[in-house]
Parts: sequence; structure tokens; C-alpha cells
Amino acid sequence: METLEPILAEHPFIKGLKPEHIQLMVGCSRNVKFEAGEFILREGYEANEFYIIRHGQVNLEIHSPKRHAVTIHTCREGDVLGWSWLFPPYLWHFDARAMELTRAIALDAKCLRGKCEKDPSLGYELAKRLAHVIEHRLQGATLQLLDLYSSTD
Amino acid sequence: MSASESAAKSKFVLRTNQIQALIDFLRERGYRTAGPTIRDCAVIYDEINNAEQIPLGVADEQEAGFYRVKKRKEAGYFSYVVGAHSWKKFLNPPRFTLWKAKMDNGEMSLVVDEPQAVPHYAFIGVRPCEIAAIAVQDRVYLDGPYVDNLYKERRSAIAIIAVNCAHPGGTCFCVSMDTGPEAKSGFDLALTEIQETNRHLFVATTGSDLGVEIAKALKLEPATPDDIADEAATIKRAAGKMGRKIDTSHINELLQRNEDHPRWNHVGDRCLNCANCTMVCPTCFCMTVEDTTDITGKTAERSRRWDSCFTIEFSHIHGGAVRTSASARYRHWMTHKLASWQDQFGVSGCVGCGRCITWCPVGIDITEEAAAIRASSRGE
Amino acid sequence: MKTTVAGPMVPTMARVNRVRKETHDTFTLELHPAYGQEIHHFAAGQFNMLYVFGFGEVAISISGDPTNPKPLIHTTRAVGNVTKAMAKLKTGDMIGVRGPFGSAWPVKHAEGDDVVLVAGGIGLAPLRPVIYEILANRRKYGKLILLYGTRTPSDILYRKELESWRSRLDMEVYVTVDRSSVNWQGNVGVVTTLIPKAGFDPQQTTAMICGPEIMMRYVALELQKRGVPMSSVFASMERNMKCGIGLCGHCQMGPTFICKDGPVYPYDKIRELLLKREI
Repeated sequence: METLEPILAEHPFIKGLKPEHIQLMVGCSRNVKFEAGEFILREGYEANEFYIIRHGQVNLEIHSPKRHAVTIHTCREGDVLGWSWLFPPYLWHFDARAMELTRAIALDAKCLRGKCEKDPSLGYELAKRLAHVIEHRLQGATLQLLDLYSSTD
Repeated sequence: MSASESAAKSKFVLRTNQIQALIDFLRERGYRTAGPTIRDCAVIYDEINNAEQIPLGVADEQEAGFYRVKKRKEAGYFSYVVGAHSWKKFLNPPRFTLWKAKMDNGEMSLVVDEPQAVPHYAFIGVRPCEIAAIAVQDRVYLDGPYVDNLYKERRSAIAIIAVNCAHPGGTCFCVSMDTGPEAKSGFDLALTEIQETNRHLFVATTGSDLGVEIAKALKLEPATPDDIADEAATIKRAAGKMGRKIDTSHINELLQRNEDHPRWNHVGDRCLNCANCTMVCPTCFCMTVEDTTDITGKTAERSRRWDSCFTIEFSHIHGGAVRTSASARYRHWMTHKLASWQDQFGVSGCVGCGRCITWCPVGIDITEEAAAIRASSRGE
Repeated sequence: MKTTVAGPMVPTMARVNRVRKETHDTFTLELHPAYGQEIHHFAAGQFNMLYVFGFGEVAISISGDPTNPKPLIHTTRAVGNVTKAMAKLKTGDMIGVRGPFGSAWPVKHAEGDDVVLVAGGIGLAPLRPVIYEILANRRKYGKLILLYGTRTPSDILYRKELESWRSRLDMEVYVTVDRSSVNWQGNVGVVTTLIPKAGFDPQQTTAMICGPEIMMRYVALELQKRGVPMSSVFASMERNMKCGIGLCGHCQMGPTFICKDGPVYPYDKIRELLLKREI
């Protein structure tokens, strides 16, 4: 059977990792596919997987009775989805929904956490890369919060 | 060399009893004569027809936030320096209607008034720093991609009778700015008042064809070597009596490098944002436009008037002003005046006249502020 | 006849040919000279001073086609007294026009390059002439990429036009909004997030940015991360303008006057100024 290694190795999030680290990750991976409209994550549910998006579009959403659901961020090809699997109590904080046919590689969270604990050099690499993603999201969220295009700006 | 320039160096003697003849000559030539006169206990510039309107026997005392005129027996015709007025009020009127428009059944059209005659002024008593200020404004209004016709029409019609300074004031620093106390060019006739116990006269230097014509018409006698020596001594003495000084070396880089200097907050805390400094400054050129309609709403008018960067509205863009703090507005003004003006117009925007110091109600002193920043400048 | 009014301060009368409501607070005016005067040729990025009878004048960028400047097209947002009065104009109403003024986008200079346009909010309006001009000379350029961010889906300007540009094979259009209900199928996230993924050659790119200052600073930073030299990045600035011809002092920003040195600047010329507060 063809392994997921070449697909993983080419993804921007993984690119440049040591082959042995990629090998370790392959061991936790499976190929997944979501139809348009399908939920990938639900707020409050266990965060068991980390998604590396190959193509498609996923919107992060949050809902309230008054405002219904709002989209807060879009993930696309080249992005990763989900951080809650990293931190206890390992519960998703947002809903994520495929907006179109979306293909991804799902990494089993327990498996990946275990491998990171065992091999801190893999853990450090992944932590750095995730920190970079989080930094971008935080900067983006700050700009969104500033409401730059509002007419009272 | 043009005939006008070759005439520049001839020196004559103008007697004190010939001032009226000078005024009369200029008026006969079609000029409206304007010069210093006293109003509300201050020397101001206004139209004068009579030599007696010039404040003979008056001197002034100037300090930061302080101005007084004093009668002094020994004082001559020009024993004071500049007051709150400058010649810019004649060259760029404080308020001026640009155009009118009317709206008639949805049709908007410009209303073209009968053209008003542009006044031709002869300025009498223009100080060297003021000649420099006019040259600075020339660069702003005449040398840019767009020429300000309002200014051009007035500017091109003036005659300048300069007066070199013999008694610099407490806030004067023209020597630092290299604009005085002697006018080197830019005048038709330049006068230096010589006053001794038994001798009171003006050494008159011609600076243009008009100046030469004046010398001829008034039958001025050539200045003697003694007169010329006295003139030089008077100017030299004046240069040594500057009330203020400012170090201008690399001042552009200095101020632009120090936009975060704590001194800006220090001055911002004192500044009242009254805009006096910009109104009295002979080079400040900022203006705004105002739109009004008559009561029927059918006629609209657009005028321009002097504006000041010390107002909040000055930097308003939708959502608010760019420069909300007093410190930012003072920094903007002073950095422009002493620094970025050089980038924009190739000269300093400050001519060292000292008006902004004298007329600041809280006595903020541009020379002191510049020195404070230089004393603890960031980096090199 | 010689009048005492100053030439460039006098408006030309124009008639509103058409008003198009773009979004809840933006609209586009098509203007024709009222008395058969010439429409001045303009360069992409320049602006006009538009006068509403009795209300006053405001600087508005030209958002029409520079290769076909008739009619004169302006898109603006009703935010102040004058623009709110302008929003009430109807076909046949008259307006005063002075201009065009200011510097232009480096459309010629960009020939041979990939062109990346990054617009935020109403900032798409001053960039639209660039798109028209490049599409009219499409073969002279590499890729043409428009990255457009706005507040919500209902704030998207020129929606139909964006759709038609997106359907072209020789132009890439990416739109994102800062916030949205789930009904919006498109991208959510700030416009800077589009930059890392856009396919252009950083060494052979001319980038043009127009939007709020914070947005432009962060966009420039993302372009820098991609390896675009700051000398290839251009930004359009906004300040209060009263005369439009460098004489009133209002639009001064540090050593420059935005009306005559700008509004379009090479980014490396204004980068430091943008980082200063209250400048």
C-alpha cells in the first residue's frame, strides 16, 4: 500500500522536517475526506485529531442563540486545523465545517502526543511550527478585532 | 548683470525730513504705502500716508511672552523691531473669497464678479528677516507645481523699502538664521538709520531700478565714506546684540531623529494650542477653505483663510484627527519650521524674527526647545 | 477675462450621469462635464476634489478606466458631511470637480512583473484603474493577483466586477472578510492571511496596497516575509486635504505633502513615517 509519507512531506507545515520525524508522524496518520457542509470538529467534543489540509476549504465557526453561527476563520490547502488536541482537557473550542470537498490527513492526537513525549526533538519542531501558526492567527485576530474598515475608524 | 543688479550697490543719504518725500514719490507711482505705525500700544503694519505715522521716538521690549513699546527720547524712526504683524497679511490676505456659485433650478454655475483691482503696495520698513520670509513664501506659493495666483498678483506688484536693524530685540535671532541684521538683496531701497548726538540720517542702498529712480527723484546725495563706515558699524553692533541664538547645524536630521524625545511632551504640557505662533509667523502659509451659502441656499461661496496646524481639526480625517496631542502638534510645527521645510522648499522655514517667542502667551521659545532636544539628542 | 479667482482652485461643473449604490455606505458617481468641457486624462491612483454645492469639497480617488476616462467615475463612502451630501445626489444633479491631482500607481514600471494588488475596504476603489489598465495591456504583465479584504460580505465593493474578474483565466482574485455569518461561503480572515498563499514571484513582483494604514503596514510586512523588496511595494496614503495642490499644508506627513508627493508612494519612502505616531 502507498504510504502517506510523500503527501505529508510536501505539505507546507511538514516541509523540512527530518525524514525520521516524518516517519514517526506517518505512523499516526490516516487519510480523510469531508463533503461540503460536513462538520469536522464540534465545540466541546474530544479533540482526538490534528488535521493537515491537503485541499478544500474549512471554516471555523462559533454559534450563539442570538447571533446564530458566525465564521471566524477560514483554513485552506496548506493550512493545519486544530490545536486543542495539544492541551488538556483536549476539547475542541470551535466548530469546523467543510465548505467544499476537503481532503486532509488526520493525525491521531494521542499517538502524536506520545511520540512527541518520547522524542522531544520532534516535539520541539512541531511546537515551533504550531507556535508560528498560532502567532499568525493571533495577529490576524487582533486586526479583526480592530475592525479596520468600519466607518468610525 | 542686469541694470537692476548693477544699481544695487550705490549708497546715498536720505535725510529724516525726506521720508515724506519718499512716501509721496511711491504714492505718485501708484503704490499704496504701508509701514509700521502704533495701534493699541503696539507696532503694527498698516497703510500710512504720512511720515508722522511712523513711530518716531519709540522702542520696544521683547521677551518670551512679553511685548511693550516705550517712548524714548533718543529713539529714532525704526528703533524697534518686528511686532505681531508681518507683510504676509498684504500678500496673502487672512480671508479671501475664492469664488461664488449659484444654483438655479438644479443648474450650478460660477458667479464671476467684476475683477477687483489688485492692490500695489510699497512696504516701508521691511526688516531683513522679513525679506527672507517673503523669499520663503515665494518658494511655497510660486515655485511649486501649482502657482498661487492670489499671492503672485500681489507679490509681483510690491515695492520694498527695507530697514536694516540697528536695535535687535530680545527675541531676535536672525544672525543664527543668516537672514539679518542687514538686507543683502530683495529690496528696492534699504535704509540704515544712523543716529548720533548731532546727526540723524539714513544711509540708503539702492537695490533695483526703482531704488535708483527714488535716489534721483529725491535728489539724494551720495553717502560719504564716513556715512558708509557708520552704517557698517551700526550693523556690526546690531549683529552682536541678538537676544537669542539657535544652533542650526544638522537640525533637520536632529529633529527628524528625535520625534520621540521627551521634550515634546514637556512643551506639549505648556502649549495652549492658541495658534498665536502660526498667526504671527511670517512664513506660516497653511490655509483652509470655508463653504457658506446665503439664506436662500441658492448662492454658495468658497473662501480661503489662514489656518493653523495647532487646531485639532487641521489633521482631521474620517474617524478623527491624526495629531490629537498638543505635543504632536507642537512637534509638527517646529519640525516643519526648522527641519522638513528644508526637504520641501530647500530653505529653513524659520527666519529668526522671534515673533513666535514674543507672542506665545506662555513664553514657549523655539530656540530653547531646539537647544533642549540637541542637549539630549538620541543617537547620531 | 481675467478674474481674481485662482485657477486651480476653481472647479469645473459636472453633471451626475448615474449613481450606483455599491454597499450600504458606498456609492459610485458617473460624471460628465456639464458644459462640454474636456475631461482631463488621469493616471491610475490620482484623485479629484469634488464639490457639493454649499457643503464643501472632498478629495476622492478616481476609480474609472484611465484608458477611457469618460465618464469620470468616483466611488466613495458616505462618512463625513460632504460625502453624506454627495450620497444624496441624483442623476442630473451637478457637482464641482477639480483635478486630477497627485501621484500615480507605478503601472508602467510594473511591466514585465507579476502584479499583486492588496486592497482593504474602500481601498479597492483607487486600485480599480490599475486593474483596467493592466487588463487593457494584459500581455505586458506577468500574473495579476488581487487580494481584497473587507469587513463583512455585505461590504464587498464591485461585487459583479469581482466575479467577472475571477472568472478570467488571466487574473486571480481572492476575497476575504473580517467577519461573517455562516451564510458566507468565502474566506474569513484578515487580508494579510492571503499573502503567504498567493502564487507570485517575489523577486519579480510589483505590489500596490491601498487601505487603512494599519492594514497597509501589516500587508507590507507579509510581503517582506515573502521576499518582496520594499522598493517594489507601493502604498496610497490618506490625509486631510483642502487645496489638493500643495498650498494649504493640511495633508503634510513628515517632510511630504500627500496631495503633491503622494497619494501613491514607494513604500520604502514612507515606511518610517508610518511607524511614527501622530505624524
